[in-house]
Amino acid sequence: MKLNIPTLSDLAAAGKKPEVVFWVGCAGSFDDRAKKITKAFAKILIQTQTNFAVLGTEETCTGDPAKRAGNEFLFQMQAMQNINTLNQYGVTKIVTTCPHCFNTLKNEYPELGGQYQVMHHTQFLKKLIQSGTLQIEGGTFKGKRITFHDPCYLGRANNIYEAPRDLIKKLDAELVEMKSCKSKGLCCGAGGAQMFKDAEAGDKEINIERTEQAIEIQPDIIAAACPFCNTMMTDGVKNKEQEDKLQVMDIAELIAKANDL
Amino acid sequence: MAYLPNLIFLILLAAGVGFFARNLKRIIRNIKLGKEVNRSNQPKLRFKNMLRVAFGQSKMVSRPISGLLHLVVYIGFVLINIELLEIILDGLTGSHRIVAPFLGSFYNFLMASFEVLAFLVLIAVFIFWTRRNVIKIQRFWKPEMKGWPKNDADIILYFEVVLMVLFLSMNATDSLLQQAEIDPYIKAGSFPISQYLLPLFANFSVESLVLLERSFWWAHIVGILIFLNYLYYSKHLHILLAFPNTYFANLEEKGKFEVNPHIKNEVQYMLNPEAVSGNEASTPPDKFGVTDVFDLNWVQLMNAYSCTECGRCSNVCPANLTGKKLSPRAIMMKTRDRLEEVGNNLNVNKGSFITDEKQLLNDYISPEELWACTSCNACVEACPIAIDPLSIIMDMRQYLTLEKSAAPAALNTMMSNIENNGAPWPFSNQDRLQWANDD
Repeated sequence: MKLNIPTLSDLAAAGKKPEVVFWVGCAGSFDDRAKKITKAFAKILIQTQTNFAVLGTEETCTGDPAKRAGNEFLFQMQAMQNINTLNQYGVTKIVTTCPHCFNTLKNEYPELGGQYQVMHHTQFLKKLIQSGTLQIEGGTFKGKRITFHDPCYLGRANNIYEAPRDLIKKLDAELVEMKSCKSKGLCCGAGGAQMFKDAEAGDKEINIERTEQAIEIQPDIIAAACPFCNTMMTDGVKNKEQEDKLQVMDIAELIAKANDL
Repeated sequence: MAYLPNLIFLILLAAGVGFFARNLKRIIRNIKLGKEVNRSNQPKLRFKNMLRVAFGQSKMVSRPISGLLHLVVYIGFVLINIELLEIILDGLTGSHRIVAPFLGSFYNFLMASFEVLAFLVLIAVFIFWTRRNVIKIQRFWKPEMKGWPKNDADIILYFEVVLMVLFLSMNATDSLLQQAEIDPYIKAGSFPISQYLLPLFANFSVESLVLLERSFWWAHIVGILIFLNYLYYSKHLHILLAFPNTYFANLEEKGKFEVNPHIKNEVQYMLNPEAVSGNEASTPPDKFGVTDVFDLNWVQLMNAYSCTECGRCSNVCPANLTGKKLSPRAIMMKTRDRLEEVGNNLNVNKGSFITDEKQLLNDYISPEELWACTSCNACVEACPIAIDPLSIIMDMRQYLTLEKSAAPAALNTMMSNIENNGAPWPFSNQDRLQWANDD
């Protein structure tokens, strides 16, 4: 299904301004798996008639992987370019499905001149539910065991542990926790620019270790809230040949599916 | 001659405290080798954090067994040291249990509590020793714990056993002399634990008992002064530095990494030369990132001195858990080792640093360790006293990438993709909205 997604420049041309900007992120724009998360979240935004827009071709990498790879220069170049764009449109609110974009926009842009109210999509969805704008149809996941894998840049980095869990609870599903969860959650192995390189020599891949922790508690679904975690956990599940019984899904996808979007 | 013991005591005390003060000054000097970083904002919150995390041990209990055992030793250490005040007064004035007459029955209560605490400390120390040497808990046997770190940990435990046993033996012999009404052993104190040691000393003459009591008393205070001076050479320094370390800890969200202000000036100048006036553009530093302890900030250096090598950080580090070379604990230990080396260099060269052709990067910490980090903050979260190994790792990566172009090849590809296409992958930015058209 083709979605009609408004861009900031379209709206500006029509003399309009969105209430919130959906920052899609590079993974959300280009990675095949992550694009599905983007679509799921966009469908929820459309269903709830949220007044949103994306930057489209005017969006560019926040600079997070460059900064974590030690290239502060490239990070700041990216940041200032993005801040320039966002400020030109007078953006005040941003929501993003990527915890890395979320963290960078929220914590590292203000010092460079970019002050926005930044929300992770799990926080945003929770707000939509609280205001009654979004209702979740129970049923689809009734009786399913769902575990939540905390993304480091959402959890420890920004102390957001409950919003994603509150959403899972709304699905009528059984929320089960891995032995390392919340502030003790184990990384999927992708952060700090590891996504883009091979791991150093060791005796195991980090995503395998994390997937084993998940398999231990026998969930039906590993809920993720980060496109990189999603990739790493999906690979882990494949490696363990569990893909028939164990799915990795973003929370936006869970809600979209529950609501038949 | 009558004042000889007092004089000896005074000299020992002055030497012990003086030598420690000298070393403490060296530690402070070494920490000040670090770069300035502003950690004086929000003093109330900082003080609260210090009370909660250091004084209140709030993060220790996240591992309940070691947390509880540590709490016992900590409370024992702090409270039993109240007795030290009396010991010092006695030593200086030549009195015996000088405080007892003023406190009456409360003194009995204090002595009894100290004895019970000493006993609990002995039990806790025994369990600690067993965990390290019999159960061999993995995190105490990692590669970085070989040699001195392992010995250091055991020596601390032995010190504590010796001090507690001396304290209890001193009380046991003292109480026998009290019963025999020997001057100056006034009836003071209540000894619920050391009473069980009495049979050991039952057959001694009064003279021998006095000799024993005095020996225990002197050995105890001398032992404490030696232990005090041992701190400087040991991971045990944390008993002091945990407090400033938690006070000056980072208050920002853990995900916020420092935005390098020098680079900010350069980037602003590049993007818009006119907007940056001549005065604002500070002189750029001689290098970006960190290669040695001089490039780290003083809080990072204090972190290194504060580390107790407990290994809670490495125990939750995803890289370390999966067999990579990186260990956040080793990052802190190596930083301290290098800082000590630099400090010794300063000591022998009368305060000026003579280059030794060494640095923290490569000679101590290898790029392989640095590139294994996922920046997940598990180590920072796990540290009971708010040490931040991650910031050191990131600062050193910055040097490797910006000054040496020595990032792993795949990361260089990722970065040139960002430069050319605005994304870490080689996709055209024109396709950014393509997802909306996908099925």
